[in-house]
Amino acid sequence: VSINKFNTHIIPTRFEYHTPTTITDAVELLKKYENNKILAGGTDLIPKMKQRLLEPRHLINLKKIPELRGIEEKGDKIHIGALTKLREIERSKIIQKKLPLLHDCIRSIGSVQIRNMGTIGGNVCNASPAADGALGLIALDAITHIVGLNLEKEVKIDKLFMGPGHTILSPSELVSNFTVRIPEEGSGGCFISVGRTSLDISTISIAVQMTVKRSRIQVCRVALGSVAPTPLRLPDVEEHLTDRKVTNVLIETAAEMASDGIKPITDIRGTAEYRKQAAIGMAKEAITTAWEKAKEAER
Amino acid sequence: MKTEIMVNGRKHEFEVEPNVLLLNLLRDKLNLTGAKYGCGIGECGACTVLLDDEPVLGCMTLAVDADGCRVQTIEGIAEEGLHPIQEAYLDEGAVQCGFCTPGFIVSTKALLDENPSPDEEEIREYLKGNICRCTGYVNIVHAVQKAAETLQK
Repeated sequence: VSINKFNTHIIPTRFEYHTPTTITDAVELLKKYENNKILAGGTDLIPKMKQRLLEPRHLINLKKIPELRGIEEKGDKIHIGALTKLREIERSKIIQKKLPLLHDCIRSIGSVQIRNMGTIGGNVCNASPAADGALGLIALDAITHIVGLNLEKEVKIDKLFMGPGHTILSPSELVSNFTVRIPEEGSGGCFISVGRTSLDISTISIAVQMTVKRSRIQVCRVALGSVAPTPLRLPDVEEHLTDRKVTNVLIETAAEMASDGIKPITDIRGTAEYRKQAAIGMAKEAITTAWEKAKEAER
Repeated sequence: MKTEIMVNGRKHEFEVEPNVLLLNLLRDKLNLTGAKYGCGIGECGACTVLLDDEPVLGCMTLAVDADGCRVQTIEGIAEEGLHPIQEAYLDEGAVQCGFCTPGFIVSTKALLDENPSPDEEEIREYLKGNICRCTGYVNIVHAVQKAAETLQK
């Protein structure tokens, strides 16, 4: 057992600390110092540094860059700065009203203290397969804006992840913000997470977002957490549900497909068999709830 | 690094190494030993302090990252004698060994500042980041309810 193997009272290594105030400065620092880590909320990075799992020589704090923070509604899109605190997103009236699914996902992360510290960019770029914030953004088909030295690009968020702790970002790139298109009339979503306690990281989680027109599912996105090396979107299940009239049989076959489509492992939080089994029930419930909410919103 | 932090209403200037944690700065340099080192990895909430009025974990915040911020600890809450929240914790027997109590009281203050009359579910949800190993949660919920009543008068 690795409990108490490390003194978590202190950070045992020294590093240089940088506080850029513009994105350009930040990117230049990232380029200049190779052995670097970005400091956002620090809720994952600091414990890892305490345990010497990470020993960066340079810490680049992005919190003093005002343009990386905030939630803004522009036309039919909502922009969320990468350094926006999770708690700020949870409290935002815009998010509660326009992106309730994301609100639900964020609310389930850690504790109030953790959400006061943690940022959405950190939750995503940490590339944990269990990240609830990332799951919500995947189900909402968010676009990730990446900035590097003389470079700006956009990628769909589900294309960002490579494996646990790994994204497609190069060491000198950072995520500046996320853009989400506001779901149309007749949309609904559902997020469910199962954990040992409500504070715990999810053993398995699912987010479903759909748009219903004339009693048919027009758009549907299904994403599961902690079931693969990355948060996983399931296009097969989405396709199966799209443009169909919803019946119990359809939902049941979709749930079976979801369970077949995941590749869970056995770890400290649960076994692969448990996750396969739980996925069926959770998918049924999440699809049904999202469908009911969307139908209600259609009226 | 030169770091300026307003602690419990008073401005302090420090010369700190970047790897110093806010909790250790408060405890070792200012003798504010109310906030406790518990788990060190963000599970227990014993080190909770208010950073610009929001509860955060002192053991996972770099001191240099608090530069220019306001920090309030349990000592700041109890500056003019016992705070009504502390009175309520005493009256309701919500303190057993007491190690988690400063963290709980700081979180309770933030909760009641934001939501003056929370129901039980809201209280449990808000305080879920604070762990009491004596498991005295029932009395803690009672204490928060009592403090909410007192503060609303």
